[in-house]
Amino acid sequence: MKRRFRISLLAAGTALALAACSSSGGKQETTDTNNAGTADTPRMTVAFITHSGPGDTFWDLVRKGAEDAAKKDNVELQYQADPDGPGQANLVQSAVDKKVDGIAVTLAKPDAMKANVTKAVQAGVPVVALNGGIDAWQAMGVQGYFGQDERIAGRAAGQKLAADGGKKALCVIHEQGNVGLEARCDGAKDTFPNISKIYVTGTDMPGVQAAITSKLQQDKAIDRVLALGAPFALAAVQSVKDASSSAKVATFDTNKELVGAIKSGSVMWAVDQQPYLQGYLAVDSLWLYKTNGNTIGGGQATLTGPAFIDSGNVAAIEQYANNGKR
Amino acid sequence: MTTVTELAAQDDRVASRPLAARLLSRPEVGSLVAAIVIFLLFMAVAAPFRNVANIGTILYGASTIGIMAVPVALLMIGGEFDLSAGVAVTTAGLSGSLLAWNFGLNVWVGVLLSLVLAVAIGAFNGWLLLRTGLPSFLVTLGTFFILQGVNLGVTRLATGNVASADISDMDGFASAHAVFGSEVSLGPVNLKITVLYWVLLTIIAAYVLLRTRIGNWIFAVGGDAAAARAVGVPVRSTKVGLFMAVGFCAWLSGMHLLFQFNTVQSGEGVGKEFIFIIAAVIGGCLLTGGYGSVVGASIGALIFGMTQLGINYAGWNPDWFRTFLGVMLLLATIVNLYVKRRADLR
Repeated sequence: MKRRFRISLLAAGTALALAACSSSGGKQETTDTNNAGTADTPRMTVAFITHSGPGDTFWDLVRKGAEDAAKKDNVELQYQADPDGPGQANLVQSAVDKKVDGIAVTLAKPDAMKANVTKAVQAGVPVVALNGGIDAWQAMGVQGYFGQDERIAGRAAGQKLAADGGKKALCVIHEQGNVGLEARCDGAKDTFPNISKIYVTGTDMPGVQAAITSKLQQDKAIDRVLALGAPFALAAVQSVKDASSSAKVATFDTNKELVGAIKSGSVMWAVDQQPYLQGYLAVDSLWLYKTNGNTIGGGQATLTGPAFIDSGNVAAIEQYANNGKR
Repeated sequence: MTTVTELAAQDDRVASRPLAARLLSRPEVGSLVAAIVIFLLFMAVAAPFRNVANIGTILYGASTIGIMAVPVALLMIGGEFDLSAGVAVTTAGLSGSLLAWNFGLNVWVGVLLSLVLAVAIGAFNGWLLLRTGLPSFLVTLGTFFILQGVNLGVTRLATGNVASADISDMDGFASAHAVFGSEVSLGPVNLKITVLYWVLLTIIAAYVLLRTRIGNWIFAVGGDAAAARAVGVPVRSTKVGLFMAVGFCAWLSGMHLLFQFNTVQSGEGVGKEFIFIIAAVIGGCLLTGGYGSVVGASIGALIFGMTQLGINYAGWNPDWFRTFLGVMLLLATIVNLYVKRRADLR
């Protein structure tokens, strides 16, 4: 009885699978459009060490930029990440132990990173910083910095919220205790004072959505939601619908789905710090230093943002987003 | 042993106790008291909490926890717990999406394949546990890490990104969305379909636990597996079945995740396993097994939902959100413990 049931289940499943191909959507062939040629300089090794948590769409873009630059520059890229400060610092030490030719590192937790980064510089390994630590990198002897000043980016977002006619905004922090995210909200507050913060757990999407919904229900005056990451903006769009609110959603950072949302008008705009560029420039700058002694930025931070993606320029960016690089 | 006690529940030893004591010795009473206190607190301080239309939001927050807290509670009564339950939800959502997307299948095929996978993961947990005799903490901790890595690795292999691709333009999405992600309006209240699943699961699980032979088996294997085996309780199939129930509910939650948001982030779900366990504990389940209640676990989920959103509704300084939540949880469990002790003394 049991066996016959199993067999019929299997047969039904197979028949269903054969008859059940989707006529639309699904996996499409993507072409790699990045054919900038490759360098024939000697092979060098770069350790790329970030504070990314696993499975984050933003850091995926950074990594792709780094990988593309590494391919072009004949660099062997060793990508590593640890969201825990001391753990990330230890990865820097292990890179020095391995005698790599360069280190690209994020300094989101500068106090934890300081000792080991300084040690790496003293050991003669060229180090560049990206994404986080704009106030801290020079003091550690790091050669260059690629990223945006989160406070400046926040200010730009606040200005744009005001220009769009917003009266009261909600800033959604998806990682409690992250200095960069706080700086974004604080920057937005500089130029758009009527903004309040809400903390949500970024690894729990239904929770994020319910929390934003409840806040919109509590405070009907909120007419703008500022998310700090693309997936959270998409959840916020759902929340606005659930709360029958008229609030409009804007965000920091993008991914493929978010670019689609801007195109369809459900998200107003995104502050773009160009994560792909951060990864790319960090690796490329180490290669330039090694082969030609150059330093990009000449001792100053190289800002990769804030740029804006809105309905005006989204069409131009869409094709790159479809390749998973914006 | 426990089966005998259960049968004896009809005889005079219990009938002679006063009604109040009998009520109070139910495992879910502590959580019910806590839920009422928290409800009254937020009714008093948060104006939007009093708005009927917002009930839907609170119930939604509670339901996404409750759907998993119910099978997790059953498993805990059966003497085991599952640390992989949080990421298993993500695995279910991801596998449904990726299978359909990668092979260009109808979305429903992905949904069914993902069901097979989710239940198989549960069965694997149970099988390995019984095969090796290791504590469930270790076995499911192993599965937790394996799934976390597989979620990331497979997603990147299939899509080249760390989130699953948008499948909202594929065949079958609309009907699957209707089943797993729709909502109905009851007057001013918008109820998500997860609330319905949550209530259904609670009723079915409570019935099975309290009114069927399988329920007696669950209490028995959680209380004393060796004694249960001695009186003829099928310990193995009961435990494996409980893990498979967790897998099934992980699938249900994962499908909601997928069809509510169209894509699934591969790093999600970490930490949720503790929320499920905590909801079950608030609801009266003991960490040692053999005691607890499904209804209590659902009330635990409701406490979570009310607290989480009540703080937003009250407009309190969100810096203290986690602290407040922790205090609430401790209070709920202490009330629970106190009520139970008082009741047992009588």
